[in-house]
Order: sequence, then C-alpha cells, then structure tokens
Amino acid sequence: MPAISMTVNGEKVCGDVEGRTLLVDFIRGNLGKTGTHVGCDTSQCGACVVHVDGKAIKSCTALAVACDGAKVNTVEGLATNGKLHPMQEAFREHHGLQCGFCTPGMIMAGIDIVKRKGKKLKEETIREELEGNICRCTGYHNIVKAIQAGAAKM
Amino acid sequence: MSDTGIGARMLRKEDHRFITGKGRYTDDINLPGQAVGYFLRSPHAHAEIKKIDIKKAEKAPGVLCVLTGEDAAADNIGGVICGWMIHSKDGSPMKAGPHPVLAQGKVRHVGDQVAVVVAHTMAQAKAAAEMINVTYKVLDANVDPVASQKRGAPQVHDVASKNTVFEWEIGDKGATEAAFSNAAHITTLDLTNNRLAPNAMEPRAAIGSYDAGEDHYTLYTTSQNPHVARLVISAFVGLAPEHKLRVIAPDVGGGFGSKIFIYAEEVVCLWASKRAGGVPVKWVADRSEAFLTDANGRDHVTRAELATDKDGKITGLRAKTIANMGAYLSTFASSVPTYLYATLLSGQYNIPNIYAEVDAVYTNTSPVDAYRGAGRPEAAYVVERLVETAARELNIDPAEMRRRNFVQSFPHQTPVIMCYDAGDFDASLNKAMEMIDYAGFEKRKAAAARKGKLRGIGFSNYIEACGIAPSAAVGSLGAGVGLWESAEVRVNPVGTVEILTGSHSHGQGHETTFAQLVSDRLGIPADQVAIVHGDTDKVQFGMGTYGSRSGAVGMTAISKALDKIEAKAKKVAAHVMEASESDVEFKDGSFSVKGTDKKMAFGEVALSAYVAHKFPTSEIEPGLKEGAFHDPTNFTFPAGCHICELEVDADTGVTEIVDWVAVDDFGNVINPMIVEGQVHGGIAQGIGQALTEAVVYDEGGQLLTGSYMDYCMPRADNLPSFKLGFTNTECPSNPLGIKGCGEAGAIAAPAAVMNAMTSALGVKDVPMPATPQNVWNAMAHLREAAE
Repeated sequence: MPAISMTVNGEKVCGDVEGRTLLVDFIRGNLGKTGTHVGCDTSQCGACVVHVDGKAIKSCTALAVACDGAKVNTVEGLATNGKLHPMQEAFREHHGLQCGFCTPGMIMAGIDIVKRKGKKLKEETIREELEGNICRCTGYHNIVKAIQAGAAKM
Repeated sequence: MSDTGIGARMLRKEDHRFITGKGRYTDDINLPGQAVGYFLRSPHAHAEIKKIDIKKAEKAPGVLCVLTGEDAAADNIGGVICGWMIHSKDGSPMKAGPHPVLAQGKVRHVGDQVAVVVAHTMAQAKAAAEMINVTYKVLDANVDPVASQKRGAPQVHDVASKNTVFEWEIGDKGATEAAFSNAAHITTLDLTNNRLAPNAMEPRAAIGSYDAGEDHYTLYTTSQNPHVARLVISAFVGLAPEHKLRVIAPDVGGGFGSKIFIYAEEVVCLWASKRAGGVPVKWVADRSEAFLTDANGRDHVTRAELATDKDGKITGLRAKTIANMGAYLSTFASSVPTYLYATLLSGQYNIPNIYAEVDAVYTNTSPVDAYRGAGRPEAAYVVERLVETAARELNIDPAEMRRRNFVQSFPHQTPVIMCYDAGDFDASLNKAMEMIDYAGFEKRKAAAARKGKLRGIGFSNYIEACGIAPSAAVGSLGAGVGLWESAEVRVNPVGTVEILTGSHSHGQGHETTFAQLVSDRLGIPADQVAIVHGDTDKVQFGMGTYGSRSGAVGMTAISKALDKIEAKAKKVAAHVMEASESDVEFKDGSFSVKGTDKKMAFGEVALSAYVAHKFPTSEIEPGLKEGAFHDPTNFTFPAGCHICELEVDADTGVTEIVDWVAVDDFGNVINPMIVEGQVHGGIAQGIGQALTEAVVYDEGGQLLTGSYMDYCMPRADNLPSFKLGFTNTECPSNPLGIKGCGEAGAIAAPAAVMNAMTSALGVKDVPMPATPQNVWNAMAHLREAAE
C-alpha cells in the first residue's frame, strides 16, 4: 500500500492507502474528519467538495494518492481560533441550511465561487456556479442569499 | 415578543455543528471492531431463485458471514410489514404479499436484496459478493400499473390476484352519478402523477450491534421515527423485544418521508451482527442503491371529472385512480393513495358530491410510499388541474371560478371525511394575486411574445390535512398505530431545561423552534433549553416526524407538559413564599404573590423543588419533571394560494419559471425564518416533479434513472427566488394555533406549474415532468398553425 502525506487544514498528516482509495475516504476514514460527506456515486451532488491546493474539487472523484503532497482544506479547517469563516456565518444568518448534509460542500463551493468570480456576485452567477452542488431541503433560495452575503464579507 | 420566543426569527441553534463539519450522521459513527455489510441485489425485475451457492464467498478473505433468505427463515426473522389495513369495496382485506428481509424463493424488483456479505472491509465484501452464484429463472416483468390488472399480466404475489392489493372507494357513488347526469358541463382530465425518488441528500445507513453479554441490540439508523422502527422490529420482525433493542437516529440528512419506513437493511444489520459474533455491522447505501431501494413517491394514473352548473358552480367530482405500490407494500404505503389522498378531493371548494375509486396494484418496481405530502399532492393536482381547466372551458377567469366555489364558513364537513375547521381562502387568493400583479399579466405575456416566449400563469389553491392525526380516527380507518405524540420536560436544579420529544428533526430545526416554545412559556433564554430526540433509551416513546405533525402534535405535547411543570412549580413557589397557591402568578419567568412584592425566579423555584427543604414532601414530591401525551382532536388544514408564471421558449421547449408567489395560511408560526425555508424547499420539490423529475423503468423492469446522471434533480439554476406571503386563521384544534408547514410547497407547486404551462401552450395537458422534449411535443399544434 502506498504511503502518502499531505497537509490537511494546516496539519501534516500521513497514511498508508490502497491505490484505489478516494480522497474522501482518506479524509473521512483515515483522518476521522467526517464533515466532508458523500451523497452520490457519480460526482454530481457536491457534498464532498474540499479545496486542494486552493481549488474546489469533488473529493469523491480524486484518488488519495493523487493528492500526495497537496494542501487540502475541509470544512473543519475554515474557522480560525474559534472564529467562523464569513461564509459559514452567512449560511447560519441566512438560514442557508436545513438538514446540513449538503452544507459543507455548499460552503466550500461558495468560497471557491468568490475566489473565482469576486465578492460582488449576482444571483444568476451563483445559481449557475452551483450546478455541481445539489440541495434537497432549501430550494437554494437561502443558499444563494447566503453565498451572496458571505461573498461580500470575505 | 422576545427575540427567542414564539414568532421570533431566531437563528438556528443546531447550525453551528453543521457549518463546522461537526454534524453526527449515521455514517459518521464508527463502533469498535465494526465490519461492513454489503447487499447482493437482484439484477432481474422478476425471477425465481432456484439456488444460491455461497460456499466460495464464505471462504473469501475477510468474510465473517454470508446470509440469505433461507438463513433468515431458519432464524425466524420475520418480514417487514405494512401497518395500515385497507379494505376493498367488497369488504375484503388488502392483499399484502410477504416482504422478507432477504428474498425467499423469488425476487420482485431490480435491487431486491438476495444476500448480505459481512466482511472487515467493503472491498472484501464486494469481492466475496461476486463469488455468490445465484441461479435465477427469469420471469416476465409487470411494470406498467395500468396493464398490471389485465388478464395475463405477470403475477407479482400469489396472494394478490390480478396484482390487485385493494379496490377501494370513498364517497356517495349514486349521488355523484346523479350530479354528473344533471351537469351543465363536465370537464374530464386524464392525469399521470409521475413517480419520484425522494432523494434525501444523506443516503440511508444503518449500524447494527449485538451485545452477547446483555443479549441486547443497538441500531443506529437514518430514521424519521426511531420508536416506530423499534416497535416494528420487535413486534413484527420478532428480532428482539423492545427492552432489548435500542434504536438511535442521530443527525439525519433529510427524509421527506423516505426515512419513515422500516427497511430490510436495518433489520439485516442487527441480525447479521449477532450472526457475526457480535461484531457491529455497518451498511451505507450508495446513491445507486438509494435509487433502487428507497421507497418512491406518487405514481398515480387518474381519470378525473368535474361537474358544473351553468354558472360554474361545482356540483360533483369523481376520480378513478390506479396507484402503483411497487413490488411490496411499504410501511404506510396503503394509506397514501386512500385516506391521505381521496379525503382531500374537495380541495378548498364546496363540492356537494364526491366519489373516488382507487385500485392499488403491485408491479415489479421498487416500493412506493409516502413522499413529502403523501397523497395530498396527488389530490391537489387532481382538484386544481380540474378547476383551472373547467374555468377555461367555461370562459370564466380562473380566480373567479375559484371564488364562486370556495368554502366560506367553518367548520365545513366535506363529503369525504374531512371537517375543515378554519380558513380564509379568499384572503390568500387575493393577496397572492396582488403580489404577482395578476392584472398586469396580459401585458407581460405580450412582452414575452415579442421575444419569442410563450408566457403562462397558473394558480394552485391547495388545502391539505396534516398534524397527523387523531388516534381514534386513524384507527377506525385502518391504522395499526395511534398518532399522538409524547413529551417530557426535565427541569434541572439550576433552572435549565431538557425537552425529550418523540418528534424527530431531520432538517426542520426542532432544536430551535421547540426551545422557542419553552423560552416563551418559562421566560428563560432559549440557550438554556436542550432538545433531546432520536434515541429510544432517552425518550420513552414517540411517533416521529412526518405529515407536518411536529408542530401541531409534538409541540402541543410539550406545551401540555409545560402546563404541568408550571402547576407544580406554583405549588412549590407557594410553599416557599408562604402564600396560598391561588395567589401565585407566573409571568415572564418569575413567580410572584398577588398584592405583595414577593417574587421568585423560575430557576429559584427549580432549585427549591430539588432541595426540597421548604415544602412538605409528603404532599408534594421533590423534583420538577413532567410528561404528557397529546392526541389531537382533528387534522389541521394548512391552505393557501401559489401562483406560477413561466415562459416557454417556443424554439426549444425549454421552460423558465420567471415568478412565483406563495401565500400560505399555516395558522400561528413559531419561527417565520424556518417556516419560509420549509416553503422554499417544498416548492422546489414540487417544481422538480412538474419540470424535471421522473423515475423511469424500461419494459423489462430495469431502472433507467438510477443515478443523478439520469434522474434530474432541480439545480439552483432551474429555480427562481420565491416571493412568500402569509395569512393566518388560527388552528382551533390545538392550543398553539399551529397548522403545519412542511409539505405545503410540494403539495401546491405541481398544479401551479402545469396550470401555467397549459395556459402558455394553449393545450389541455402536458405530461409531467414537462421536460423540453415533452413541451416540444405538446407544441406541435403551434408549429402546424405556423406552417
């Protein structure tokens, strides 16, 4: 089994994984960080979105070995010194979550949208950019509002 | 109103753990020594099992055990059941075929579970499952519900001749026939209510753990009602008596009905744990499994007719529905197309004569049961499509048609069981029309036409019955359980409070709204209230969350328990303050003695109750803890008006929803922010049904929509922002005046969309989902006219 190491939420981690181990399974199984979720098996739902070397990816569609040496950020790494990231705060303030299952992926995707599209986001831009994230609870209404508000405060 | 009391837009207490990745869903839990369960499932829709050879698989690396239906039978593991008895017109009981936890003799749908492999890792379990050799004799599949009752159709269950589970009726047939004979106009619609996959984002999961030392089982499961799961697994499956089985439903990532039911996998994980020597067994559905095995929703084929007089007054409604139950009767499947459906066929209208017949049929497809709204979306779809179509045929404005027929006085007894207790249907209609600027529609339609778009507007004036439900009433209709709710209020010596509730939150925000109720009543901050739910060892019993019952029924139980807390605390306070109990008043969190300046804060009284120094414990027991069971006296009747405006691209058939107004009457509202969120989500699911979603099987029973590549979940860019408004007629049947809000959007939305669609296209019907292809086909007449 290949040995890999990476930086996850600023912490050096390592482990032995099978070649077929997915990044999400390494994060959830080996590291015990269960904030990143798996909602489908076809890379559609986006519950597993994390940041790898600064870019949002679906961790269900990346092999752990392919991320050897990478810097990975998950939802658990967003708050600093107990202070929530503005995007986390915005999801709470705008009731952008209900069951919470898609939420980590939505927050990670939302931050990535801001990185790529800037802090002033139009509603239609956010809706288009959320193509890869499915929510069944909110009808997206408040998620769109949360990302717009979170973006402005980032 | 305080900022944490009833009516406050309080931010959710549960959010912190979800936004920081600290939610605790079933798959996030790992027990020491845990193994995985992997289900070998049928590749055939319908086949006899001739032989299952597991010898090689049992010896495969890492395998702890391989179990089949034969083993289940040998261990006396019973099947899962349907808990609602429906009788046919002729008085005969419904024909429920057996539903073993692992197939015995026959598989009845693609995905039916044939064997389970328990191994140390998923890779080992999957590899071993490949080594199981099942010899099938493939049979013809029965997939089309309409054809399933015909002679020669393949029989799914021996017990159900012509695949018919029941042939049920409701209403006065003779009177309704007479109304149709005398009608000035009859409107007829043939409607298909498309089959949907619920698709909670968290797939179902279970961990079964057997403790040989205590002969005790623990089940972690993605359930909306853990106590009912325990009851069924104990009393019907017969795995273990209730005191030997603990069921925990931790954070659950959405349910929408699909997690009400007791599924075979949960039972198998428990049983397999014992067979594997007490090793905990975890199973997590992948999405493909969810599509194959989660109970689906809807799937009705209906001919519906509306009789009207010359002025557009409705004189009768009749419907004949074929309801697809799938291959097995799921937990509450039989109640959905009967008492949750046809009892709402009066809509918001005064309809003197109603008659409905429902044939429930088996097919070789996954089971169908309650999905958000459960029967009521199907009813609203029938009624609202009929009324809108009748208005068009009679050349009456659709709003005016509705006004002429609205129920105006309450209580109103419909011809189909329900007694509406409160409402103001004109109020929600008027407000919605104002919000969407109904008067300006023709201008907007003309402007759309100039850019090649066909613009339509559609109403849906839904009513539903929720707050489910009075136990005696549902019992008389066939329910195997009562539908009350329980609550326990535990006041700690320092005055903080724990609420134990039988309701279960899987996105609804109970930790917030229930705390708001307590804050309001006891005058303590909401952060001093903890809500405990989802664990049969902590909460004594409960009926769970579905049918928008947690507010009207669950919170009323809490409210009753709080009454008892207040009464006892008054006694304690009276003794401590040396006053007569009748002189003690409780207001804003403190007890005071009338006409004096004597006062005690709630926390001080709580401490006194536990210290027990200053009252006679021979008369008043120490402590401050009370429980209550609440059984409602009626259903509640949320109602409202949703109006959809959409534009269809005449060149491509692509639809865009350009405006949406929802005006709902939910009675009193605890937290408007949470209620609005519920409405948004419901509308999105209803729009999904109308425009994008459908479960499709091919004629051999293979599922064509087995992933998110093929089953089109609404994405953010399929939906608009929604404009919401509220009216309020308090619900008279509970002290909080709550009606419920969880399902309204999903009930209202499909008819609003399709009324708008048919208005835009100038056609009588477009099949749901109105995909660009279906819309394109429905526009043939426009293309012909243009040529």
